[in-house]
Amino acid sequence: MDWNLALETSLPINVVIFPVFAALLSSLVALGAYRFSWLLRYLAFLLLGLSGISAIASGSWVLINDIPFAGELPLGLPWLKWHIRLEPLSSFFLIIVGLLTTAISSYGPSYIREFESGPYSLSTLGFFTGLFVAGMLLVLLADDAFLFMIAWEIMSLSSYFLVGYQHLQITHRRAAFLYLLMAQLGALAILLAFSILISSNGDFTFATMRQAELSPLWAHIAFGLGLLGFGMKAGLIPIHVWLPEAHPVAPSPISALMSGVMLKVAIYGLIRLVFDLLGTPHWSWGIILLIMGSITALMGILYALIQNNLKRLLAYSSIENMGIITIGLGLSILFIANGHSLLGALAMIAALYHALNHALFKGLLFLSAGSILQATHEQNLENLGGLIRYLPYTAFFFLIGCLAISGLPPLNGFVSEWLTFQAALQTPSLTSGVLRAVIPLSAALLALTAALSATGFVKVYGVIFLGQPRHQFNHSIQEPAWGMIIAQAFLALLCLLLGIFPTTIIDIIEVIPQHLVGYDLPSASEQGWLWLTPISAEVASYSAPLVLLAIISVWFVFFGLLYTTKKTRRTPPWECGFGTVSPRMQYTATAFAMPIQRIFKPAWRIEELVKEQTDKKTLYPQTIRYELHIADRFWLILYEPFIGLIAIIARQIGRIQTGNIRTYLAYSFFTLLILLWLIT
Amino acid sequence: MADYLNGLLINLPLGWLLAGLQTFLFIAIAPLLTGWIKRKKCRLQNRIAPPIWQPYRDLRKLFRKESVIATNASWIFRTTPYIVFGTTVLAAGVVPLIATDLPSAAIADVIVLVGFFALSRFFLALAGMDIGTAFGGMGSSREMTLASLTEPAMLMAVFTLAMTASTTNLSTTMEVILSQGIVLRPSFIFVALGLMMVAIAETGRIPIDNPATHLELTMIHEAMILEYSGRHLAMIEWANQIKLMIYGVLIANLFIPWGIATELTEAALLIGSIAIIAKLALLGIILAAAETVLAKLRLFRAPNYISFAFLLCLLGLLSHVILEVQQSTLKN
Repeated sequence: MDWNLALETSLPINVVIFPVFAALLSSLVALGAYRFSWLLRYLAFLLLGLSGISAIASGSWVLINDIPFAGELPLGLPWLKWHIRLEPLSSFFLIIVGLLTTAISSYGPSYIREFESGPYSLSTLGFFTGLFVAGMLLVLLADDAFLFMIAWEIMSLSSYFLVGYQHLQITHRRAAFLYLLMAQLGALAILLAFSILISSNGDFTFATMRQAELSPLWAHIAFGLGLLGFGMKAGLIPIHVWLPEAHPVAPSPISALMSGVMLKVAIYGLIRLVFDLLGTPHWSWGIILLIMGSITALMGILYALIQNNLKRLLAYSSIENMGIITIGLGLSILFIANGHSLLGALAMIAALYHALNHALFKGLLFLSAGSILQATHEQNLENLGGLIRYLPYTAFFFLIGCLAISGLPPLNGFVSEWLTFQAALQTPSLTSGVLRAVIPLSAALLALTAALSATGFVKVYGVIFLGQPRHQFNHSIQEPAWGMIIAQAFLALLCLLLGIFPTTIIDIIEVIPQHLVGYDLPSASEQGWLWLTPISAEVASYSAPLVLLAIISVWFVFFGLLYTTKKTRRTPPWECGFGTVSPRMQYTATAFAMPIQRIFKPAWRIEELVKEQTDKKTLYPQTIRYELHIADRFWLILYEPFIGLIAIIARQIGRIQTGNIRTYLAYSFFTLLILLWLIT
Repeated sequence: MADYLNGLLINLPLGWLLAGLQTFLFIAIAPLLTGWIKRKKCRLQNRIAPPIWQPYRDLRKLFRKESVIATNASWIFRTTPYIVFGTTVLAAGVVPLIATDLPSAAIADVIVLVGFFALSRFFLALAGMDIGTAFGGMGSSREMTLASLTEPAMLMAVFTLAMTASTTNLSTTMEVILSQGIVLRPSFIFVALGLMMVAIAETGRIPIDNPATHLELTMIHEAMILEYSGRHLAMIEWANQIKLMIYGVLIANLFIPWGIATELTEAALLIGSIAIIAKLALLGIILAAAETVLAKLRLFRAPNYISFAFLLCLLGLLSHVILEVQQSTLKN
């Protein structure tokens, strides 16, 4: 393309920093929303949209032209200006943030109507949303550890206030506190990881950190700390426990941002640390990521499957998808460390593609969940049903999201899972017998995960949208405002496009592994945009456009043949001769997942309670009460003992508190005495 | 080499024509296979068999009848038969039946094939829940549960083959296996057994499901499609017959590919046709015999059966990467 060549200079700094500026401005404008809610509805979300679109624009410009930007901001410490840099990896994630922010800006104005008459302050919502977006953008732009940590904390803290936004409910406050606690622990770990890299040269910029010569031991420690910090944010099992608590309680657009984007920012941090700052990754890190990713993916979807709270289910499914991305990254490290950089690039592209896909379909699903929530005020699947008749648009977009997240062709989720499988199938090229056995095992787990996730989303869609309403609502259920529908349509369309034209996308994002690994994927697009051939045409090929074309043409032929000539009659469903079919006869969400729950029983701690009251004369049961409690095993095994220990220590320390002022004066007196003795 | 696929696309209209013809043949003779199995099964059970073309008669009857749809059925219920049939036909199009070197096989590899089955199953399960009757939901839940175990098992099986041939393209895999001659591979034995078990579970045959009953306790697939009638039912039934045939052809052509036409001459195609008919007829007899000997499993025993299949496929995969790859590298 000729016009690309004309623009050889990098972007001006104002353009790069504009998205952050617009997001900050949006948060300032939103402060006035306590008096004038239109400020938030129109101006703040408009600015947020501008921020999103400009982020997409500058991100795509850098990614397509491959001209990085580097500069300094006149902010920060006197001896340490804030360094910012925009290169292919960060611009890819900048596009992810931009896409979701744009969708939110169209979705938000109508969604916040719900809060206008409520007890919660609109200023808080708008202020922290803007700050949250600005924080995430800054994390991606940061080119020194100092700015990175500040931006990371802005992101964490502002999202804490958003999680705890509806603070009158105790569950929300508890979730927010747990999130804050783990976010701070994670940030501490990241800080320590960075300080290991800084300690050798004493400079905060990523450029000098990259040159740090670490002994293998210190490199391992830095990796471990980074994995702890970024993995906690990304919700990798077993450090995931905050995620299924925090994501569901935030307002839906914020859940979309957190699940869709913030988790990806954590993945960005992990890639930045492992592939860039730490130099050549060690193969054992690949094994760790592979195993952790496989466990995360499988356990994530198993926990998602049995949830009956819609947003909680989506949150657990985010954990699963983070696992799939981690599997891709682990494979990438393993291939690179074994000298197969081309395959490493393939696995990395699979991971990045899945990150983008997950941002889109999970954002879509959370936004649709918000529409359902606004229309029905109900998150419990057991009280929903038959919504396809009341919310036709939401039903359609939610279906697209479900198909995409279940990894079904020809949508986008399938492409990234296909690429991950293709990478995993190249194991025979590795020399180590252990690796050759471990990678197919993780591919087996990935296959199981993909199949289970289809089951999970059949349950979600079937129970919410199909069948008959399980609950009579006092209010009428209406399709949400247009802004909310457009946001969903935008994301659904992207899911479809990314599924049908994977070759074009891979053609663009292959510059990222070229910078990090030194290889791109020349074979992926060598057969033209119609064919995706990651390794070579003989090894594997997939043509999503032809698949779609073939399905549509078969459909048209048969629809045309059959529809015009044959009649259709509508009757009430057959009720087996028992009167009427009542909504209570339908399969419930719990019942749908019950076989899975039986098969994978050890995965959860399940308490089932069946109370039966029988009639003494006839011996027929009169009432049956069934209770089911399912707990997260990881919480019970890893966290409960820890909490107990802290409580015991606190109780011991608490003994010195007598509540008597004379005792406290005595403490001060003796402390002073000891200090004086120490000084002299 | 660079324009391998585009070359196939543009310069080989004959190839595409043959691919279309092969797909048409696939769809057309799928009911015949079902009829054949039914006949053999009746013979083995000392019953009077229906004529072999009975499935065609059934389909014709169903296509002529009007469709009855529940009043509360949504568009998902009405589009599902078309999606199911469309994806199944597409799946049939990418599986080499008579000849290997056809361009349609490049559209989708074997992982995409599994994806097609998953897509059609997804919609069938949704359609089962659409009306809101107890049977539909029950069928959907059971089908999805079993599928979430069979699908990974099938992927493991095809991964083993893909690793052996270092390709996931079905056509190339068959050619590679053909070119290697008769080699006794431990992995293939595990995988062939596993894939057969998967095929039985996926196509709803005994011992997992019984296609001949409408009894509440035993139904899986039939429960899901209980509300369908007329042309909708015809399309789903036909798609199911095609699916059975796809599994048959996969097993026949992947593990015993001999006879399949690797070049597009008349003689080779004729031999290929005869070979596949013979192989399918044999597999049909084996299936009929298995269904006669075995009894249907209780639903909660079915996961054990499928886990065993999964384990077999995994064993095949591991024995391939541990035993066979090392040997090949040692030879090199």
